[in-house]
Amino acid sequence: MIDADLIVQHQLTPSEYEKIVAILGREPSYTELGIFSVMWSEHCSYKSSRLHLKKLPTRGKLVVQGPGENAGIVDIGSGYVIAFKIESHNHPSFIEPFQGAATGVGGILRDIFTMGARPIAVLDSLRFGRLDSPSTGARNRRILGGVVAGIAHYGNCFGVPTVGGECIFEPCYDGNPLVNVFALGVCRKEDVFYAKAAGVGNPVIYVGARTGRDGIHGASMASAEFTEESKQKRPSVQVGDPFLEKLLLEACLEAMQTGAIVGIQDMGAAGLTCSTCEMGSRGGVGIEIELDRVPQRETGMTPYEIMLSESQERMLLVAERGREDEVYRVFRKWGLEAVEIGAVTGDGKLRVTEHGATVAEIPNRELADEAPLYDRPHTAPPPRLHAARRVALPAEPSVQKSLPALLAAPDLCSKRWIWQQYDYQVRTNTIAGPERADAAIVRIKETGTSLAISLDGNGRYTYLSPREGARLAVAECCRNLSTVGALPVAATNCLNFGNPERPEIMAQLVEAIEGIAEACQFFDTPITGGNVSLYNETLGEGIYPTPVLGIVGLMPTVAPVAIAFRHAGRNVVLVGGLGGCDEVRFGSSQYVKEIARDLWGLPPALDMELEKRVQAAVREIAAAGLAESAHDVSDGGLAVALAECCLGTAGIGAQVDLDSDLRPEILAFHEGPSRILVSTSQPAAVAAIALAHGVPAPVVGVTIESKLEIRQRGITLGCWDLADLQAAHAGGTDYKSK
Amino acid sequence: MRFGVIVFPGSNCDHDAYYAVGHNLAQPVQYVWHDEASLGNLDAVILPGGFAYGDYLRCGAIAKFSPVMNAVKKFAVEGGLVLGVCNGFQILVEAGLLPGALIRNRGLKFICREVTLRVETSNSPFTCAAERGRHLRMPIAHGEGCYYADDRALDELEAEDRIAFRYVDNPNGSLRDIAGVLNRERNVMGMMPHPERATEPLMGSSDGLAVFQSILRAGRAVAA
Repeated sequence: MIDADLIVQHQLTPSEYEKIVAILGREPSYTELGIFSVMWSEHCSYKSSRLHLKKLPTRGKLVVQGPGENAGIVDIGSGYVIAFKIESHNHPSFIEPFQGAATGVGGILRDIFTMGARPIAVLDSLRFGRLDSPSTGARNRRILGGVVAGIAHYGNCFGVPTVGGECIFEPCYDGNPLVNVFALGVCRKEDVFYAKAAGVGNPVIYVGARTGRDGIHGASMASAEFTEESKQKRPSVQVGDPFLEKLLLEACLEAMQTGAIVGIQDMGAAGLTCSTCEMGSRGGVGIEIELDRVPQRETGMTPYEIMLSESQERMLLVAERGREDEVYRVFRKWGLEAVEIGAVTGDGKLRVTEHGATVAEIPNRELADEAPLYDRPHTAPPPRLHAARRVALPAEPSVQKSLPALLAAPDLCSKRWIWQQYDYQVRTNTIAGPERADAAIVRIKETGTSLAISLDGNGRYTYLSPREGARLAVAECCRNLSTVGALPVAATNCLNFGNPERPEIMAQLVEAIEGIAEACQFFDTPITGGNVSLYNETLGEGIYPTPVLGIVGLMPTVAPVAIAFRHAGRNVVLVGGLGGCDEVRFGSSQYVKEIARDLWGLPPALDMELEKRVQAAVREIAAAGLAESAHDVSDGGLAVALAECCLGTAGIGAQVDLDSDLRPEILAFHEGPSRILVSTSQPAAVAAIALAHGVPAPVVGVTIESKLEIRQRGITLGCWDLADLQAAHAGGTDYKSK
Repeated sequence: MRFGVIVFPGSNCDHDAYYAVGHNLAQPVQYVWHDEASLGNLDAVILPGGFAYGDYLRCGAIAKFSPVMNAVKKFAVEGGLVLGVCNGFQILVEAGLLPGALIRNRGLKFICREVTLRVETSNSPFTCAAERGRHLRMPIAHGEGCYYADDRALDELEAEDRIAFRYVDNPNGSLRDIAGVLNRERNVMGMMPHPERATEPLMGSSDGLAVFQSILRAGRAVAA
């Protein structure tokens, strides 16, 4: 019997339940209640965010498929397209870090090859609590270690290179780590597949792993705050099998080539439920399945359990009637189970039977696309932290001491120990892997061109101003791509926020989405898909609002413009100029985080017009082959960016003199955007390009052997042996000793 | 020369080996599926990297039972050239075509990075185009690449000049810094580093070509 308690347990509101009754014209069965509860969960239905997501620009001349499919599709020319998307696996990764992260990778990979594209790159954006916290450090280290091992386990075995990402530490992620995984695949334009059922009478075929009781209500778990009981939800986390996924990849791509497949979708969140009703809804048809035929790993599973299981490595496909054998033959070759479990019908309904008796019958469109839509209150202004507060910078700033300290700081230190656990080279397309250049670069052998990819998000910025922070994330991604000479063309986003039922959190979400929309419009990088992860709260403590952007750029296949200086005696040009910053906008910097141990004010000011010109200029500089190295100024400011340019194997440093009257520590460490350091042997040609774009590009110094020296109008602020900077940067990675 | 690349269901460096041979070495190359009983008309066969059957047990422990491994053994006995890279090396060891074992890395973690190898012998079809002592840069990417054998076996390898490569900066704890070994007949070699990932400048190094060019030179010498 369905009573009020059961409805609450399914996280449905009374009005949502009434809507279910109205759709069905009767009370739902227990199985139907479960089906509605997962499809209408925040995770699957985007009921709090959908209204605002519509503001995002999604069209562009290269966009073949925008949001609404398993992944966005973008035309890269020469008859090829790419499929890419970013997705979160935050909640499972907190409960069970290794499997949570592993299945996060598995889920997004399936989204890519479901579209017919072979995955060729993964990047991940990670957030954890601080490792040095006396109270939670041990747990945070365990979560970090587990997440990294899980990503490595899955990606390495599957055979996709993990080519980059970011990893940031803040106390707000203590009980809510963020694990956002980006994946990208490539295929010929005519080989794209869609998750659409068609053709009444066509067989519905189940492929891959058997269904077990794992992951039941995973989607609902991801739609609630964490409480003390959450840790009891380990059974809601699935277990990944990357080898099986690899078989599924090869078999699916091969089966698609037979021409016998009509539509295909992976079983991710909400498993069999989601894949059946969404494929039916997209195709405007019905789907009928018989649960007795569903391959099962356990005995005695109820219809409710089978429909809600989130067992991994499963796919659902619709084939042409009469050509099933062509499909079965391929799956048999790869040792996979493929079973006809039902058929496409003409009545628009999802009909589920068990031993021939109907256990659920729900109209597909209402279930998949007419989930409740909420315009949640977002009237409260986002909190601005001490915007007008009197700033307390250390009285005697020391650039000399602060730079090594910043290079060793958790966010800025080398993450080599992490990415060295990832196979970042398999498929031999990695032109620039982790920490080599500002963006990861993978080539496409088939087209002779390359893709640059950047992930970025800065929770501190978005916390202080969601709109400005979101715009900065878009700008930073595009700048990273431009720095390596790529033209940004399309984006995906992962929106990690707290509880949307709190107006101040909802305000953060709305402001951030609008900020992304403005910037993506401006930089001509439409959003082709993404993911929203809400309820990132533990015991009422929310995370910083953390939108993570993933942007892809196109470029020719050439030797990469890397971060490190290569030769002594070159000019160091700061394209975009020194920029300005006041103490209010300095409050969001890494310097204030690590040296002053504080956070205040606003994020750095972004002039989007200037940013666009700087990016255009640097792309032209890169394309003309004038940049021996290039690196944008971001977290940690100019001094940190300069130091990072000095950490290459060539042992080349720099001597720079900055003509500015800013306070020394602000000059050295402010994070004003629209600035890119370029080393060149042809400063006149670089200056001419900058001038043509109306961009300041002062020569700030020269490259020298083995030292970095930073002066301000002739007065030395700091001078370091590169070996010391290297040691600081590398030494910060030893997380176990902290 | 006709090359074959064995494809186990979980091989994931098969495309890379194929590309290195077909594109960068410009030699005819074909895939050989794991349930083939015969290798056909090949001159050299490569067992590529990956996770042959998932490797949830010991790496290569299941692969040694696959039908194609009987064919590989027969091919080796008949003098065909067999190169195992990474997972391929692990499989050759499990199948008994090469001595020793590959166990968990010393640091217990998967490691992907470039290493420097020293060529220890040029007296093999896999190293004849490189002089002894030459340094080669190429990547490793493995979790279980620590070469292990008992002292007697190691002494024997050294005495018989069957150590093909040593690490200059041992990344995984391999005994006596061993990165690659030969069988007694010198026509089978296994190595943990990936020569196919270092076959053109855009990959960061072309040093891996030395291995493939050696095979080519050896093959041509046989033909002539």
